[in-house]
Amino acid sequence: PLKSGPISFTRKVGVGPSDHINVGCECDYQRYFKAFELQQIDQKSPKLTLLFRNTKPVTPMAMAALRREGRRFVPLVSSPRPINAIQSTLAPAEEQVGLGVRSISTQIVRNRMKSVKNIQKITKAMKMVAASKLRAIQVRAENSRGLWQPFTALLGDTPSVSVKKNVIVTISSDKGLCGGINSTSVKISRALHKINSGPDAECKYVVLGEKAKAQLIRDSKKHIELTMTELQKNFLNYTQVSVIADDILKNVEYDALRIVFNKFQSVVSFLPTTATVLSPEVVERESEAGGKIGSLDSYEIEGGETKSEVLQNLSEFQFSCVMFNGVLENACSEQGARMSAMDSSSRNAGDMLDRLTLTYNRTRQASITTELTEIISGASALEG
Amino acid sequence: MFRQVANRLLTRSTTTYSAATIRRPYSTEVATDAAAGDSDFVESWKKVVPNIDPPKTPIQYMKPRPPTPSTLPSKLTVNFVLPYASELSQTEVDMVIVPATTGQMGILPGHVPTIAELKPGLLSVHEGNDVKKYFISSGFAFVHSNSYADILAVEAVPLDQIDPAQVQKGLSEFTQKLSSASTELDKAEAQIGVDVHSALNSALTG
Repeated sequence: PLKSGPISFTRKVGVGPSDHINVGCECDYQRYFKAFELQQIDQKSPKLTLLFRNTKPVTPMAMAALRREGRRFVPLVSSPRPINAIQSTLAPAEEQVGLGVRSISTQIVRNRMKSVKNIQKITKAMKMVAASKLRAIQVRAENSRGLWQPFTALLGDTPSVSVKKNVIVTISSDKGLCGGINSTSVKISRALHKINSGPDAECKYVVLGEKAKAQLIRDSKKHIELTMTELQKNFLNYTQVSVIADDILKNVEYDALRIVFNKFQSVVSFLPTTATVLSPEVVERESEAGGKIGSLDSYEIEGGETKSEVLQNLSEFQFSCVMFNGVLENACSEQGARMSAMDSSSRNAGDMLDRLTLTYNRTRQASITTELTEIISGASALEG
Repeated sequence: MFRQVANRLLTRSTTTYSAATIRRPYSTEVATDAAAGDSDFVESWKKVVPNIDPPKTPIQYMKPRPPTPSTLPSKLTVNFVLPYASELSQTEVDMVIVPATTGQMGILPGHVPTIAELKPGLLSVHEGNDVKKYFISSGFAFVHSNSYADILAVEAVPLDQIDPAQVQKGLSEFTQKLSSASTELDKAEAQIGVDVHSALNSALTG
């Protein structure tokens, strides 16, 4: 076995490209290494030149690797040929057929293993990032939960109200890789649209977030009134949401606004929810008709303005509060869903890596066995 | 050792009856009342889209409010909420004074149900002998017939965190802007600034 590194070895022997080597020499190992010299000098094969680029000492593992690469030269033992022919047939491992060379190459499997390992690392990192973002936003979402409760206590919850002009506000995320929450929101929005559109009722969409926009634009393009994206670019706060709410209220005519979002229940569970905000006229109509908001008349209005003005302010305030809570809950759900999606992805990558490692080892061992059998049969053919 | 195991088994078997003691809920878990929910909505949903589960609605996440009691309750239950925090939640107090647009309004237990729009001003919560004062920017206050008061404000600061010097500076700045304002929008903005700062001033002094 060689003690010096591969580079010093070749310098010792000093073989040039046009040299002929007597291949019928003493030991098979030495035959291989002579072939390696040739290979190094010939620049056509990138693989072996790579092997020689590192200056690590030749360990038994490296020798095994060299031996693996030297597989293509095994035929030299049985059929001594001039060097030129050898050099001319040098080609990437997979395509070599001239000398009857084995094409069991572990290179493909090794490449796959490297890429799967990288994917595993990336998804694990993404999971950590999502976990830290979730922690931050979860606190804020929970604190904002008290904001919509007074409105529901006062006006009740009327998702089954039937009005002429419905507007569905779908809240979704801008970035992907977050599981199925955006598809769920879009499914619910489409179902609400189906329920609420009829001969005398129309239904429009206002879309917040890239993902829902991409899905809804495919089949409901003419129903979309307004789209807004990049909500989370700046830190989510109430001012931003109230500006968005103001925009929507100014540009869209509505009798009822149905906000669709995913409520964050826990890290693994997100509940699709729809909150309904009615315009002041509808509130008055419903309170006169009795039913859930029937007791609204019993409330005295303290305010300088008329009842309708106060109700208008109330409905606008309600919309911005419910939107704020909805946007925060949806952002929470997005991070939680991303965490679990990335977690399952890295677990799958780990499983895939295990399977690939087994295949790799099997292939490697098979090729070594084949080599050995050939050597032994060749040697016994020489003797006997 | 066996006695301990037997004891543990016994306690385990008695407590399996009440699932609540075994299963610790997450602190962040949203209470979903599966039974409640708008039945009309669920029915109309199932007719049109039978394959998908109907979405939940806010009323399912809320604890139901108690009905109007027959006798006058002694305490007022106050929920004071802001977008980023719930300052007071289900706190029992004696009286609350809110700055409604018509002036300071006091709310006692048994108050008539009211919807009041609030202007920037001082909110004080009276509990026994101690009074907590906040300066709120506008909002709404609802008083229900069961002596529940909900106060929603966009911003609230305890009075001791306000700097009087800044208040004076802001007041003079906005009065100047008001006098030099040209468009309606500018005038309205300057007016709002003046209102808020003078309210701050009177809250700090009064």
